[in-house]
Amino acid sequence: MRIAVCIKRVPDMDVKFRIAGHAKGVDETGLKYDMADFDGYAVEAALQMMEKEGAGEVVVVSLGPDAVQETLRKALSMGATSAIQLKCDEVPFDGFAVASALASELGGATYDLIMFGRMSTDNANGVVGPMVAELLGLPVVTACSKLEIVAGRGTARRELEGGAEFVAFDLPAVVTIDEGIARPRYPSLKGIMAAKKKPLATKPANLPEPRLVIARMDLPPERKAGRIVGEGAAAVPELVRLLQQEAKVLA
Amino acid sequence: MTHILAFAEQRGGALRKVALEAVSTARGLADGQDGEVHALLLGAPGIAAHAESLFEYGADVVLVVEHDGFAQYNAESASAFVADRIASGAYRAAIFAASAMGKDLAPRVAGKLKTALASDVTSLAREGDAYVVTHPTYTGKVIATARLLAKPALISVRPGAIPAIAKPRTGRVEKVAPVGDPAKSRVVVTETSTSDSKKLDLGDAPVIVSGGRGLKASEHFHLVEELADAFGNAAVGATRAVTDEGWRPHSDQIGQTGRVVSPDLYVAVGISGAIQHLAGMRTARTIVAINRDKDAPIFKVADYGIVGDVFEVLPVLTKAIREAKKAQG
Ligand SMILES: Cc1cc2nc3c(=O)[nH]c(=O)nc-3n(C[C@H](O)[C@H](O)[C@H](O)COP(=O)(O)OP(=O)(O)OC[C@H]3O[C@@H](n4cnc5c(N)ncnc54)[C@H](O)[C@@H]3O)c2cc1C
Ligand SMILES: Nc1ncnc2c1ncn2[C@@H]1O[C@H](COP(=O)(O)O)[C@@H](O)[C@H]1O
Repeated sequence: MRIAVCIKRVPDMDVKFRIAGHAKGVDETGLKYDMADFDGYAVEAALQMMEKEGAGEVVVVSLGPDAVQETLRKALSMGATSAIQLKCDEVPFDGFAVASALASELGGATYDLIMFGRMSTDNANGVVGPMVAELLGLPVVTACSKLEIVAGRGTARRELEGGAEFVAFDLPAVVTIDEGIARPRYPSLKGIMAAKKKPLATKPANLPEPRLVIARMDLPPERKAGRIVGEGAAAVPELVRLLQQEAKVLA
Repeated sequence: MTHILAFAEQRGGALRKVALEAVSTARGLADGQDGEVHALLLGAPGIAAHAESLFEYGADVVLVVEHDGFAQYNAESASAFVADRIASGAYRAAIFAASAMGKDLAPRVAGKLKTALASDVTSLAREGDAYVVTHPTYTGKVIATARLLAKPALISVRPGAIPAIAKPRTGRVEKVAPVGDPAKSRVVVTETSTSDSKKLDLGDAPVIVSGGRGLKASEHFHLVEELADAFGNAAVGATRAVTDEGWRPHSDQIGQTGRVVSPDLYVAVGISGAIQHLAGMRTARTIVAINRDKDAPIFKVADYGIVGDVFEVLPVLTKAIREAKKAQG
């Protein structure tokens, strides 16, 4: 089986972001980067399928500036077979533009399965996967928390609101990966050494003119400092009074 | 290219709150302009009965497709139908809910129409030829304002972010025939396991009571359920610590890798307030936290906090809420 996994390089979210001087993005100084959370689950799931099959390939693809090579190398050190960088100066916010560029690389029926994260951790649009599927005319299963491929046929569990759904489909297909499927492994020392010799191709990204463009980025208004109403069960009457009279949420 | 389309989401034959929000959002965009609001309702025969509620929230026209194949959401045929409607050229914008269904549907439609989609927006306005939208990014720590230049403009709206406001219209129903076979799909649903359908969905509930690891064990979760029950209009959520332990299903998880919710009231019980959890609930209108550690980060975002043991506080709070609700009748 030939699997492609699209991975995005994103900053570690466990920081206090600052807005850059040009106000159209975050200040990148001091940020640490890694592949987006769901993309990590997708890479792990792809590797497990390849290992189970004992054959096949996992190709990781990332669109962005040269810095994405570090993220691609990480996926190679986890065990991916080869990597492709679709090079551009800046990743557009417009998910359709990103999807178009990815689709033009991934088309041509060379992959049995194309995998995405359910959404990227930075933009959080959750659109690129299904858009690529439509552009390539492939069936797509979104938000998979379990995935199994047997003899060219896939079965998946999808996370819905208030429940789950089980589906079956034929390959080739596109899937987007939700939490629950697999937590990404840490690259071994051996993996890191091996990754250095694995092929990483760089091609220009075939990006259309974006039609969804960032005008501004802002930090959200701080929530006004809350207050501790009191300690223990004795504080309950005052809390209820505040909910009724101040917050007015008990009507 | 003057009308606004609003996708009216239904589940199991019942209209969802997000359907009214989508129609209301479309109404807001249409007011003062010369176009109409068209609500699109797909469902099993009989679904047209919901047209009244859609008029109530501002639809001028309710386009109804009744077909057994649309009883459940069928991603392939629904997206083909919606894309076909929009391709008619009558619409300058199409509004979806960024619910689980909308998040699946809207990008498919955009892909078919080869156009951009502004996803999961929390506000939107028309500015000349473009729509200006806001969307929380970086786990809610940064708000992006973006200009959507595509025509038609496809937009999905975060559930709860734009309230549904009644603005009654005298509208008309137009029955529309499906395109192709609505029951057909390359992806076949073999089984569904929905939790109790009588329970309020996290996205529809005005109040959410969420439990964290502070509850200690799955058998203590009834304390959270009883508080939710006392509110009468509450759903139960959980942290990843809790869903990882298997105390609650993953579908209850709130946060960066779970559901994103904006209820009127969010009660966090035994939850530390890790950023990944805050990513899913920080836009709630009012936040209450109960935690025995006065330094827990949840108190930094909570409007009201009680420092105390959940096992002591919850039963008393549940009783007090029950009484307050009863006093209101
Ligand atoms: C990639 C990634 C994605 C993640 N996504 C999510 C997500 O979507 N949602 C999510 O929730 N988490 C997510 N997490 C996990 C997150 O980082 C936290 O680990 C998790 O939210 C903690 O859950 P908790 O607050 O229930 O548990 P804890 O952090 O263990 O907090 C328990 C709290 O209960 C209090 N407590 C204990 N006993 C009592 C008592 N008797 N009475 C009162 N208070 C008590 C303690 O003081 C403590 O503050 C993610 C993590 C990662 C790395
Ligand atoms: N620049 C990128 N390079 C490679 N894959 C991407 C890129 N941006 C998004 N993706 C993929 O698309 C998914 C959804 O992204 P988004 O629509 O931005 O939330 C991500 O989880 C990735 O799998």
